[in-house]
Order: sequence, then C-alpha cells, then structure tokens
Amino acid sequence: MQNAYEEHKSKFGKGALTFNNFCIAIGSNEPKCTTCHAGYGWKDKSFDFTSEENVDCLVCHDSTGLYEKADGTGGMPMFEKTDKDGVKTPVDFKTIVANVAKPKIANCASCHFMGGGGDAVKHGDLDSSLLNASRSLDVHLSKEGANFTCQRCHTTENHQIAGRSYSTPAFEERTTLIENDMASRITCESCHTATPHKTGHKANDHTDKVACQTCHIPAFAREKATEMYWDWSQAGKLKDGKPYSVKNEFGTNSYASLKGSFDWQKNVIPEYHWYSGSMDYLLLTDKVEDTSKPVEITKIIGNANDPKARIMPFKAHRGKQPFDPVNKTFVAPHLYGKDDTAYWKNFDWQKAIKAGQEYMGLPYSDEYTFVETVYYYPITHMVAPKDNTVACASCHSQDSLLKNIDGVWIPGRDSEGFIDTFGWILVFGSLAGVLLHACLRIMTRNKRK
Amino acid sequence: MKVYFYTRFERFWHWVQAFLIIGMLVTGFEIHGTYNWLGFDKAMQWHNCFAASWGILYVFILFWIAVTGEWKQYIPKLKNVSSMIIYYSFGIFTGMEHPAHKTPEAKHNPLQRLIYVSLLSILLPFQIGTGILYYIYNDWAALGLETTLSLKWISVLHTLGAFSLLAFVIVHMYMTTTGPTVFTYLKGMLTGYEDEPAKK
Repeated sequence: MQNAYEEHKSKFGKGALTFNNFCIAIGSNEPKCTTCHAGYGWKDKSFDFTSEENVDCLVCHDSTGLYEKADGTGGMPMFEKTDKDGVKTPVDFKTIVANVAKPKIANCASCHFMGGGGDAVKHGDLDSSLLNASRSLDVHLSKEGANFTCQRCHTTENHQIAGRSYSTPAFEERTTLIENDMASRITCESCHTATPHKTGHKANDHTDKVACQTCHIPAFAREKATEMYWDWSQAGKLKDGKPYSVKNEFGTNSYASLKGSFDWQKNVIPEYHWYSGSMDYLLLTDKVEDTSKPVEITKIIGNANDPKARIMPFKAHRGKQPFDPVNKTFVAPHLYGKDDTAYWKNFDWQKAIKAGQEYMGLPYSDEYTFVETVYYYPITHMVAPKDNTVACASCHSQDSLLKNIDGVWIPGRDSEGFIDTFGWILVFGSLAGVLLHACLRIMTRNKRK
Repeated sequence: MKVYFYTRFERFWHWVQAFLIIGMLVTGFEIHGTYNWLGFDKAMQWHNCFAASWGILYVFILFWIAVTGEWKQYIPKLKNVSSMIIYYSFGIFTGMEHPAHKTPEAKHNPLQRLIYVSLLSILLPFQIGTGILYYIYNDWAALGLETTLSLKWISVLHTLGAFSLLAFVIVHMYMTTTGPTVFTYLKGMLTGYEDEPAKK
C-alpha cells in the first residue's frame, strides 16, 4: 500500500487539493464520495491509507453480484438488503467469499461507469451500456466482438493497474506485443501496432499524428446520453420548501435542487486536442486571474511539435461552480452530511463553502461567485467497427472536425489565402480573356469576309 | 489541302494526357477543399492513380519526342513571337493572314513553341516534383528531408502549379477554335489531318 499512501500525500492524491466540476471535491464529503474513491471506511481525515485492512478486496473480486457498497458509509459494504416491503435480509458473505474471482466488467463498472454520482455522468465513453455491449458500440467489450474484460488492456501487475493518465502518461513508450512479449497493453498500438491497416493504406501514414481513437470513435455516449453541462449556480430552488428534480427525454435529471441544472447529450462528437498522454491539474490553492472564459480544471498537455503527441478525442465537461473572487481560488463546498452546514441539507452556499474550506484547511474570503469551468476526459472506449469510422473528409475539408488543431498542415482544410486568390484571378482572368477574345471575333466576323 | 500533322502516338499521348490532367485538376481541387464531390478519400485515390499513370506516360512522351526528332518542334524561336502576339491581339479580328505557315516539320507557331516547351520542361516537371514530394511526405523523416521541406509549402506550390495548368487548359482549349474554322484544329488532333490552305 506504500504507493497509494505516497500518492495520497502528494498534491495529486485524490483526497488532497484536486477538484472537478462534477461533485467538486472529496474533502468534507468523504462518507459519500468514498463509496468509489477507494475507501473502506474512509469517513474523514483520520483514514489510514497504510493499512492493508482498509483495502476493499470484494468490490473488485466479487463474482456473484451480491456484494454492494452502502451509501454514505465511507465505502463500507452493505450488510443487509432491504426490499420494497421493508424486509431485511442479510447479505450472504459466505457465498460471496467462496466465489472470489478475477474482476469482470461488472466489478469495474460499479465505480467507473457510475462516476459523478450516476450512470454515464462522468466519462461519456464509459457507461452501463458497455455491460452488454453490441459490437457496434464497442468491438472489444462486446460478446460478439473480442469479448474482453477490462484488464485485457488495463494490464495488472501486483494490483497495479495500467491506464492512469493524470500527471504521468498512461504509457511512455509505444511498444507493441509484436516487438516485445512483455509490453503492457494499455495503448491501441500495443496490440495493433503503429501500422494496423492494410499495407499501403493511407491510414497507416496517419498514426504518427493522429490517435487511433480519433477515427475509430466517431462519437461517444452512443447508446446512453452523458452529462455535458452542470450548472451549480442553479441549485437550491425549492418547491413548497422541498427539493425537487425534473427529468429530461433521457430519463435523467435536467434539474435537481441538490445539484443544479444539467445538459445531457447523446451521440456526442468529441473535441480534438494535441495530447502527449498527460494532463495538468488545477488545485484548490491555485490562483486563477482570468475567469472571463471557461477555466480549464484539467489542462491537456501536448502540441504539434512533440513527437509523442497525437490528435486525440476528448469529452469536454463544462459547468459553473463556486469560486472565491477575493482569494481567486476555486472552493470545495461541504455538500454531504447531517450537520447544518451541509449544502444538501440547508441549501446555503455561504455556510457550505465556509465549512468545506475550513475542513480542508484552506482560506475563504466569505465571498463567492459562480465561474464557468471545463474538465477534459480522453475518449478511448466505445471503439466502433471499422466500417463506422470517421470519414476522411470529416477532417480533410473546410468544415473540418479538426478546426482548432494547429501546427499541422491538413490537406483539404488548409490553404494559403494569397495563393488561392492569385490562382483564381489567373484562372478567371484567362476565362474572361478568352471570352472577350471570342466576342471580338464574333463581332468582327462580317468585316473579315 | 489535307496535311498529316499528328501521328498516331502523338494523338494518343495528347488525348490521354488531356484526360489525365483534367482528371487530376478535378480531383486535385476536391483535395484542396474547393468542393465536395467524390469524397476526399476517393478523390485522393483517383488523383494518385491519374498521377502514376501520367508519370509513366510522361516518360514515353519524352522518349517519343527525343527519338522521333520532334524535339526540334519545341525549340523556341523568339524572332516571330511579337508578330504572333500582334496577330492574336489585332490581326485575327481584321482578317490578317496567320503569320506562321504550318508544315509537318514546323507545326508549332513561335508562341506555341514557347508555351509548350515551358509546359513540358518547367510546369510539368514542377508538378511531378512537388507531387512526388507531397506523396512521399511520410518518408521525409527517413530521407532526412523533414527539416528542409514544409508540407505547407509543398502543398501550396503544387496548388499553384494546378492553377497555372487550369489556366493553360482554358486558353489552350479556346485556341483550338482559332483555326480556319472553329473545329479545324480539334479535328486535326483527332484525325491527324488538317486542311491547310496553300501558301499564297
């Protein structure tokens, strides 16, 4: 456990100073968030990350589906289940323990498909539609497709799982299993190599600049809508003194008093950015001077000059969240709890922010406002079958999907204005010249006879 | 008087080349992003296919020009260029006689010589060169060219060549109508024979 502890201590540790534009921050909300954010009784600051007993084995290794986490307990299991009629039955741990196994998709899904407080909220390319994926949704996870488990690509070694892409890239070297039997499998290239298409196919020439995902994942959230915009500033409206929620056409919340208003979208075309495999993170202690345009909480690292960078698809999750305009920092409100400062109890931002910041040991000026933010997720799952890739002309045209990609010349998208102007003057000038000449010949025809 | 100007192979290479150049213009401007017709990938495949075919043809054309002695027809004669310009600017309207008498040994007038030799020895090699460099872009690094060349400028130069060729095609097609009758020259390039008025 040394690793997790060290990581927690460093500023990128999840319980520390990072935040997002979903439920914002874990600090002071542990009992709720740590259902997934790897805790087993992580209720407050006293949680011991060094103790092996604080690791939940069954959430990953239960194969019966009987094991569930209890809500609001800091990631402790449910010991008894209550049915509709209020009858309580104890959870059968004997059966669960007797059937421990390597993780299935459902194990990973219980957290990774449900991030941000519900199905399809966070990632856009990870939601419950992948549990029984059709081949058209995901060629790897589908039973008619490759029928992979998650760890077919997320190689594990002594409980270290490949694929994290925050401060350090998920992979450093683009080695393949063709070159090295011991290569980890986290990239597409690990199995497919850098020239996966037919010999001579132009797509093979693209792999030095374009990530496989860019062409092979034409859209994310293809079966279930994903949450794209979360406006906390709208939270707190009550009906008859009570919180309420409004559903949209997807059956998810377009409004909830507890959380604000939401925009959900299906079949979303990603945003594209140069990406060298890592992200920079804004911390709750970072001063933000310019809030006139959406503040990037995660900053995608990469540019055209980095030979390791590729053009990669992203989900850009936008929203509005509380900000301290005097200290110029984002704040971590206290949302969950039974006390009178918790926002979800009292709908009072002032109290909630004060309590949250105090718990985190961070300053608060007693002033707050709401600021637009954006949080990026790389899109890498939901790989479509090969006859459903992004067409060449989607990027190689004036109306290119890669409009904001700089540092590379894209035929069909790019032109040099003055050459085009000169060229068309030459062409239409020639045309006008010969037409004029023809007219003169016709007009002078009789004279010549 | 019917005169045989264009041998079978000359007519063949002329028309195939015309087809390929027009094909490359049509597909090339789609690749350039001017319009969307075949789809970028199809346009590119056809463009490459036309280019490769034309590259082969071009070798045969040069070979033919060299071995038949036809190269003499392409030696620029600057002496009468001005009278040609005067003819096309004024004389053609007033019924002036064509200043260059066309014979099988000298079938190109001085202006044609100048244009065709520039085309064959400057513009076409320029398009071939920029086209090949564009095509092998992904091998630039291996060839050590990536620091000396820029994809942008190769692309821009190739486009510039295309504009020039398009302008040439327009003027060239128009010029075929300036013979004794509107279709005299076109018929000549199709059959090889042209009705040449006897020299006065």
